[in-house]
Amino acid sequence: MNNYLEFEKPLAEIEGKAEELRAMARANPEMDVEGEAAALDQKADQMLADLYKSLTPWRKCQVARHPDRPHCKDYIEALFQEYTPLAGDRNFADDHAVMGGLARLNDRPVVVIGHEKGADTKSRIERNFGMARPEGYRKAIRLMDLADRFRLPVITLVDTPGAYPGKGAEERGQSEAIARSTEKCLQIGVPLISVVIGEGGSGGAVAFATANEVAMLEHSIYSVISPEGCASILWKDAEKMREAAEALRLTAQDLKKLGVVDRIIPEPVGGAQRHRTAVISAVGKALEEMLAAYDGKKRSEIVAARRSKFLEMGRKGLAA
Amino acid sequence: MNWITNYVRPKINSLFSRREMPENLWTKCDECGTMLFHRELSDNLNVCPSCGHHMGISPRDRFTALFDGGVFSEVKVPAPIADPLQFRDQKRYPERMKAAQRDTGETEAMLVGEGEIGRTPIVAAAQDFSFMGGSMGMYVGNAIIAAAERAVERKCPLILFSAAGGARMQEGILSLMQMPRTTVAIQMLREARLPYIVVLTHPTTGGVTASYAMLGDVQIAEPNALICFAGPRVIEQTIREKLPEGFQRAEYLLDHGMLDRVTPRTKMRDELIIIVRMLMREPPAIRGDLPAPADEPALAAPEAPPEATPAAPKA
Ligand SMILES: [Zn+2]
Repeated sequence: MNNYLEFEKPLAEIEGKAEELRAMARANPEMDVEGEAAALDQKADQMLADLYKSLTPWRKCQVARHPDRPHCKDYIEALFQEYTPLAGDRNFADDHAVMGGLARLNDRPVVVIGHEKGADTKSRIERNFGMARPEGYRKAIRLMDLADRFRLPVITLVDTPGAYPGKGAEERGQSEAIARSTEKCLQIGVPLISVVIGEGGSGGAVAFATANEVAMLEHSIYSVISPEGCASILWKDAEKMREAAEALRLTAQDLKKLGVVDRIIPEPVGGAQRHRTAVISAVGKALEEMLAAYDGKKRSEIVAARRSKFLEMGRKGLAA
Repeated sequence: MNWITNYVRPKINSLFSRREMPENLWTKCDECGTMLFHRELSDNLNVCPSCGHHMGISPRDRFTALFDGGVFSEVKVPAPIADPLQFRDQKRYPERMKAAQRDTGETEAMLVGEGEIGRTPIVAAAQDFSFMGGSMGMYVGNAIIAAAERAVERKCPLILFSAAGGARMQEGILSLMQMPRTTVAIQMLREARLPYIVVLTHPTTGGVTASYAMLGDVQIAEPNALICFAGPRVIEQTIREKLPEGFQRAEYLLDHGMLDRVTPRTKMRDELIIIVRMLMREPPAIRGDLPAPADEPALAAPEAPPEATPAAPKA
């Protein structure tokens, strides 16, 4: 673990010291540091537990955006078999910020779609940091249609800062593409299951997450606007993102209370970025359970349930 | 139908003068700088008679000009829970709401009315940009659902006039959830095979554009309206280049295939009548076959008409 977040700096110091001691001992085998190093380890573990016990909303934003968190590609590679990517919107381009295709989840054929942010500088640029252009939504629409025609459930993995604010994206109808993708989510007669694995950024997230079941990882976020954007509009100061993150109620815990999210998938202490394998398999288990709940359901039931879920949404506030 | 214009105008003027221009009877066009007598401006539906610049118009004034005889009845919108997140920025959300209600005289950012246009029953919904930037929250979502349900019930078209900066941040995720909620409303119309016409007015941006405002069977915009998902400033900051002239304006979108038509506000009513009557497979509207002013029920605006000389018939 090398990528410490700002609020993890004290932890980085302790872990660094323990590492230094052990490095010294390796150089001088006569030195006995293990007792001291173990004490530091224990202190670090305690600090990590304390830090993650009650993350503020702004800290959750940082964790949700952590570069070491597993991304869509990691989930697809680990959880699905026979993944067969399907590309393109048949109109303009293939958007690399959105991946998707046919795959099996424990033998069950499904269509999986998700935002991919990339894992290093090169792939981040190639993936446009997970910010889709109209082609990405149109590819998703095409894949959802395919799923609907062949009666395959759809799984979407949401992880995007938002739609890409670019010239071409606007010219090619960013808003229309998002609107149609949301509409498609509401139309398909197969179960649509969505997991917010990192950042659920605004319309770009809604276009994939208008689902029968929406799950969120414990430290993921889902919001109408980024805290920075909200701060610069309402506080006229982008540095007020902590306040904005509080006010927006963008944590999985608040969203569950508001009835926007159906389930929270717990992350081990220290977050998904420290426990990639465990979190990936927890997501797999949750997907399996959520899908199973729709086995044997009629197409009309699935569509009606999804619609009424959204029509009913917002009847309760946080105070209730 | 000119006499209708003459008959209805004085009442609009009285509303207009009282609410928005208590002292100053002149407005300067922010496009061409011409000083305009407010009466002349409101007679022309807040379109500058000298340069054609479209200024904002309140939903009530728009409906008065849209519906036959200026007559419409409001469709009731279920009130959502107030301040669901207990949101506070520099001000509390309920304070911002109160200020907006005081300034506009309206309860929220969307008005839904039903009545007839060219003797064709319709439901209309109009977003109020002067009410917290027309922002889409639970109320606007409820208004669109109520409008769609009413249209389905009456088996008539829904015409929606959009104007919004986007989602209402003070309702957080619940404002974002209006994207799917309003989309469900539009699906009700589709399934009932009823026309859904969107008139995009300046400005329509953000989550509003990315949901109900882009899902019309026919998409019309007012001239020069800014219509976008991400605003020009955000894009310039992101791509660090100057955007072309007219970028994201109605005519630009028309050129890029994102709209069916760009139509001036003064011609909008006639055009809407033509379109909805064809989509409803009704015969062409009969011009002049409208009730005489004396038979008209009271207007939605309660004020008695002032002693004003009707304006000269317009071409
Ligand atoms: Zn002018």
